[in-house]
Amino acid sequence: MQVNEYKPKIVAFCCNWCSYAGADLAGSNRLSYPAEVKVIRVPCSCRVNPMFILRAFQRGADGVILCGCHPGDCHYTSGNYYTRRRMALLFSMLDYLGIEKERTRVEWVSAAEGAKFAATMNDFVQTVTALGENKRLEDLRCKK
Amino acid sequence: MQKITRDALIEKAQTLLDSGVVTRVLGWKKGDFDYDVTPALFTDIESMKKDFVFGDFCGANFSKYLLKETKKIGVEGKVLVFLKSCDTYSFNQLLTEHRFDREKVYAVGIPCDGMVDVNKIKAIVGDGIVSIDDSAEVIKVETLYDGVKELNKADILLERCANCKSRKHVAYDELMGEDGEVIDSNRFDEVEKLEKMSADERFAFWQNELSRCIRCNACRDVCPACTCEKCVFNNPNSGVENKAAANSFEEQMFHIIRAFHVAGRCTDCGECSRVCPQHIPLHLLNRKFIKDINSFYGDYQAGETVGSRAPLTNFTKEDLEPSEAVNREDK
Ligand code: SF4
Ligand code: SF4
Ligand code: FES
Repeated sequence: MQVNEYKPKIVAFCCNWCSYAGADLAGSNRLSYPAEVKVIRVPCSCRVNPMFILRAFQRGADGVILCGCHPGDCHYTSGNYYTRRRMALLFSMLDYLGIEKERTRVEWVSAAEGAKFAATMNDFVQTVTALGENKRLEDLRCKK
Repeated sequence: MQKITRDALIEKAQTLLDSGVVTRVLGWKKGDFDYDVTPALFTDIESMKKDFVFGDFCGANFSKYLLKETKKIGVEGKVLVFLKSCDTYSFNQLLTEHRFDREKVYAVGIPCDGMVDVNKIKAIVGDGIVSIDDSAEVIKVETLYDGVKELNKADILLERCANCKSRKHVAYDELMGEDGEVIDSNRFDEVEKLEKMSADERFAFWQNELSRCIRCNACRDVCPACTCEKCVFNNPNSGVENKAAANSFEEQMFHIIRAFHVAGRCTDCGECSRVCPQHIPLHLLNRKFIKDINSFYGDYQAGETVGSRAPLTNFTKEDLEPSEAVNREDK
C-alpha cells in the first residue's frame, strides 16, 4: 500500500567557512541527513537578513535553520555575534505573532563537525515534520 | 504643569524671527476641522498669527521634518522647531544617525501634558463634530446632532500620552517653562498580556489586527526612525510593496520588517499608531522589540543621548542564544 508521507521543505542557510564545510564533511563521511534540507550557502551567517528567513517561508518553506561558525570563530571576526542578536529578536517576534517557534533555529556548526551537522538536520526535520505544514506564514500567491 | 499657550509660542517665534536667530518656523496649522491639525512652515509672523495653532491636537512630531528643511538649497538661517518631550528623543536619534545638520536648527522645548486622540472622542460623541474647545481641562465638543458634550481630557488621551515615558526634554537650545521627569510608565503592560496568551490566541489577535492594514505606508512615512531614501517597501520585487488581495502573509511580512528595521532605534514616540487610519496598535510591535532588548541586553532608550550605539549594531560575547530567547520565562 502506498502511503503519502508528509515531507517538509527545509531551508538551511550555511555560512561558507564553517557550516557549509561541515555539511561537506558530513557528505564525505557518508553521514546521511534528509534530502528535504535545501542548503543555501552564504558568505557569513550575518549575511542573512531577517527578510531572507521570511521570504523562505513565503516561498513555501516549512522550517528555516541558520548555521554559522561558533561564536568567536567567525571568519569575519564578529559576524555571528550580530546574527545572534538579530535572530534572538526576530525569533522572539515570530513567537509573539503566534508563529510556531520550532520552525526557526540557529545552530553553530564548525567545519570539523560533520556529525553535528547531520544530527542537527535530522533533529530539525523531525521537529518540523511533527508540526506539519507551515500555514501561518504562507503566501498563496507563491503556491503552485 | 503650566500650560503653554498659543500666544506665548507666537511671541517666542516673533522674538527669534525679529532678532534674526531663525528665518522660519515649523509649527502646527489648523486643518479643515479643529482636530485635524497639520504641520506647516511659517516664514513670517503675520501668517503665524493667522494660521498657527497650539492645543491638544498637536501630536505631530516635527523631528523628521527637519531632514527636508535643513537640506533646502538657497535658504539661509536656522529653522525654529517646537519640541515636546517625546519629540526630543527622536531629535537625538536622528542626530545620532547623522540625518540633519544641528547647526541649522534652533530647538525650543515646550512642556506637554498630553495630546488628545480624536478617535476616542468620536467613539464617545459619534459623528458630526462641528467644533472642539480644548482650552481647558474639560474639553467641550460641539456636535451636529447632539449639542455640546463635555469630556475629561484624561479619558481621551492618545495612547502614547496615557503611557507617557518621559516629560523630560533630552535636547533643546532653549526650554520654555519647567522640565519634567522620566516616568515609570506602564507601557509594556499590553505586551505582557499578549505574551501570556497561547500562540493560537496571539496568532488570532494579530491576524485580526493586521488584516485591516491597507498598506498606505503612513506608519513608515511618519516614523522619525524610518529615514532611508530608498525603502525596501518601494521595491516591486519585494513581494510586499502592495496590499495582497489574498492571504495574510504580506501583512505579517510588512509589519515584522517595518518593526525590525526600527528595532533598537525606535524611540517609542508613538507617531505610527497615531497616524494609522486603520487603528492598528503598531506600538505593540515596537514595544515588544524594546522590551526584549531591555531584558536581553540591558535597558536601552533610543534617543536618550546623542551618539549611543544601538543594540543591534553592538554585541557582547555573552549574549543569549536565539533558542534561549524564545524559551525565556520572563520575556
Ligand atoms: S516606529 Fe513608531 S514609535 Fe517608533 S520611532 Fe517610528 S513612529 Fe515613533
Ligand atoms: S499606517 Fe496602518 S494601514 Fe497604513 S500601512 Fe501602516 S499599519 Fe497599514
Ligand atoms: S563566517 Fe561563519 S558565521 Fe561568519
